[in-house]
Amino acid sequence: MHPVLKTVVQRLGLGLVTLFIVSIIIFAAIELLPGDFGEAVLGQAATEDTVAAFRRELGLDKPAVLRYVDWIAGAVQGDLGNSFSGRSSSGVDRSRPVVDLIGPRLWNTMFLASFTAVIAVPLALFLGISAALYRNSIYDRVVNAMTLTTISFPEFFVAYILILVLTSLWPIFPSLSNISPDADLLDRLYRSAMPALTLTLVIVAHMMRMTRAAIINLLASPYIQMARLSGASQREVILKHALPNAWAPIATVIAFNLAYLVVGVVVVEVVFVYPGVGQLMVDAVSSRDIPVVQACALIFAATYIILNLIADIIGIVTNPKLLHPK
Amino acid sequence: MDIKKYLSGQENKYRRGQIDRRQFITTAIATGLSIPAALSLASSVEAATPQRGGLFKIGSRHGSTTDSLDPATYENGYMQNLCYSYGNHLTEVGNDGKLRGELAETYESADAQKWVFNLRKGVEFHNGKTLDSDDVVASFRYHMGDDSKSAAKGLLSAVKSLSTDGPNRVVFELDAPNADFPFIVSDYHIVIMPASGGSIDPTSGIGTGGYIIENHEPGVRTMLRRNPNYWKEGAAHFDEIEKLVLLDVTARQNAIMNGDVHSIDGVDPKTVALLGRVPTLDILEAAGTLHYTFPMRLDVAPFDNYDLRMALKYSIKRQELVDKILLGHGALGNDHPISTSNQFHASNLAQREFDADKAAHHHKKSGHSGTIQLSASDAAFGGAVDAAQLIAASAAEAGIQIEVVREPSDGYWSNVWNKKGWSACYWGGRPTEDWMFSAAYTEDTEWNDTAWKGTDAANKFNGLVKAARAELDNDKRATMYAECQALIHDDGGTICPMFANHIMAVSKKIGHGPIAGNWENDGNKANERWWFV
Repeated sequence: MHPVLKTVVQRLGLGLVTLFIVSIIIFAAIELLPGDFGEAVLGQAATEDTVAAFRRELGLDKPAVLRYVDWIAGAVQGDLGNSFSGRSSSGVDRSRPVVDLIGPRLWNTMFLASFTAVIAVPLALFLGISAALYRNSIYDRVVNAMTLTTISFPEFFVAYILILVLTSLWPIFPSLSNISPDADLLDRLYRSAMPALTLTLVIVAHMMRMTRAAIINLLASPYIQMARLSGASQREVILKHALPNAWAPIATVIAFNLAYLVVGVVVVEVVFVYPGVGQLMVDAVSSRDIPVVQACALIFAATYIILNLIADIIGIVTNPKLLHPK
Repeated sequence: MDIKKYLSGQENKYRRGQIDRRQFITTAIATGLSIPAALSLASSVEAATPQRGGLFKIGSRHGSTTDSLDPATYENGYMQNLCYSYGNHLTEVGNDGKLRGELAETYESADAQKWVFNLRKGVEFHNGKTLDSDDVVASFRYHMGDDSKSAAKGLLSAVKSLSTDGPNRVVFELDAPNADFPFIVSDYHIVIMPASGGSIDPTSGIGTGGYIIENHEPGVRTMLRRNPNYWKEGAAHFDEIEKLVLLDVTARQNAIMNGDVHSIDGVDPKTVALLGRVPTLDILEAAGTLHYTFPMRLDVAPFDNYDLRMALKYSIKRQELVDKILLGHGALGNDHPISTSNQFHASNLAQREFDADKAAHHHKKSGHSGTIQLSASDAAFGGAVDAAQLIAASAAEAGIQIEVVREPSDGYWSNVWNKKGWSACYWGGRPTEDWMFSAAYTEDTEWNDTAWKGTDAANKFNGLVKAARAELDNDKRATMYAECQALIHDDGGTICPMFANHIMAVSKKIGHGPIAGNWENDGNKANERWWFV
């Protein structure tokens, strides 16, 4: 078996084991959450009998191990169960399958994450490499100062500044990003432009500075000196000699930021009324909607694991030392 | 006065197209108006004349991913607004606060116990079925009976039997007289849906309303398109409606400022002045039924003393509370729970004002001395603790010592309200007087948070409420309810200093008539009442 393929399979296996352990942690953490869904829904009308009946109806009276096995067996088959909420005061069961709740929103979140990544990643790489190329120049300082400024402000502040500039003063984009599922691609892009720009400003600094640092770090290595002595120009040194060895740390940082785009954009979703999965999870936690919280946590964990896996693989494939172990 | 009346009659005729512009101006000049005045009057009538067309976008502060189209489950303003768009009810509350027939053309009762509703003829559902009495009976039965889980079940618990009398009449028999029964059937849950085989399909979203549901994404948006066969005249002017859930107040206000929506509810009183400076927006306010109270319990000393209660009632600066707690976006309360948007508000009852002399006089007469504790927490309403401090300050001017006890928010409703002698509280209000009194003031309700029973006035009040329930003559009911309000105002234990307004921001492109106060968004019927100018 090709060594790279072998590593990939090994990492995949490890990823699955990690996911399994994470699922146990999620389940245990939710067991430890204070409060009870039955009591939260029934409020002051919660007598012991009604709470017990409610728990029975939701299957919460079964032992935790059994519930965990039920949940994980369903999750493997793509069945994440039914949401708890919607069984509220009126008593009519209008709960929806978790998959129906999460599905369209997860798709929206992925769309926004990809859109942002398409803008932010090339931009960060370009800025990082060019800043390394013209190290300590005015250009380098300006780029650094700008990106550090945008990352230092809280997301909602960046969002409101963008709203002020791009929707109030110069109305270019809409301030509401409530995209509908039947909208065409162009309309979706237009409507998600504001949150995507906000997120770009928030994540670009981290990736850009890591790229710059990784390259500059390598510039002090003896083999770069060698390349210089052999007459390579600064551009050739960076693009041909330094960059290939810098991919591993850069990929890790990009993976980290992409994962953030999937799991951590609640604030931006709220500001632009973007129907993503982050808001759903926060609402689910406050209403103790356990199946939704579990499903979201599992999806987020899987996102982290997959993106880190990809970063690892890129690190191995681009590193000759790891690619051809002696 | 007569000329004014005549002119407004002419305006109505012109609006409905019964006379043309020339005729209108001629009659206006005939009443003594100058020609320019008549011309501008004609133009203003034209501006207020509803026009058909356009896509109306309305943002709501309510809405949740669990919002089902099933009318038994409606529990927020978003779904109420939606059901008033796709469906009709037997009766409706007009924007003047008065009840009128909707799908019931007329309704009558001889004894307030047996009610007959005569249905409108030729009304069609969205699926093409013609409305008849079977639909009405099936729609009501869905909310009744032991297995019903409807939120409206309690409202209809007094209905003993319900039957059809031909295709256009429905007869209700109640277990006790209730003159407000036609009001109860206007409740938004009881939307009339088409029956097949004696039952309705609750989640179909099919009604007789002005708009047909195209697409409902719970917690995100609903798309509606105009019902071309809508029976109601002068209603449903927009071609299409997009209803959006905008839970975050800043996002909501941004959306209307940038023109992404035409109307929002739930404007923040703190920033409403800034929003009002946006040249494309109008701020609409309507006094609602939401009110903040400070109930004194008659079963706790010293509040059992009439003079002490009066002393405290006289030592409150109500206008100051409206100005500082509601930031001016509210109306003065008169120590009873009936708002000006209710039908039988006692407008003749003199407004109680701060009066240090009278307060000191009553305080002296009560023989009480020492400090009085007032429990408050912001769980009662935003600013309750500040309001309590203001009360303590104004009472000090009359020589009454009040100690404000800051209670924890957690458990406020189970440990403080309805238990401690004097506390802060809020009431959402109820659409009818009887409903409000039975919720918090009659002797038999658990939520009688003033424990007002047993005094002569309370006994008289309880008798009056029962008698008014069985009384069909509206003039007599108005007198009875006015007396009820006066009794609470004087002898009752509640201090009701203020009613909060519904605050909306609406684009200047939108035309509308007088705004109803019973619910947000023009009684939640903005979709069919408003239009683009």
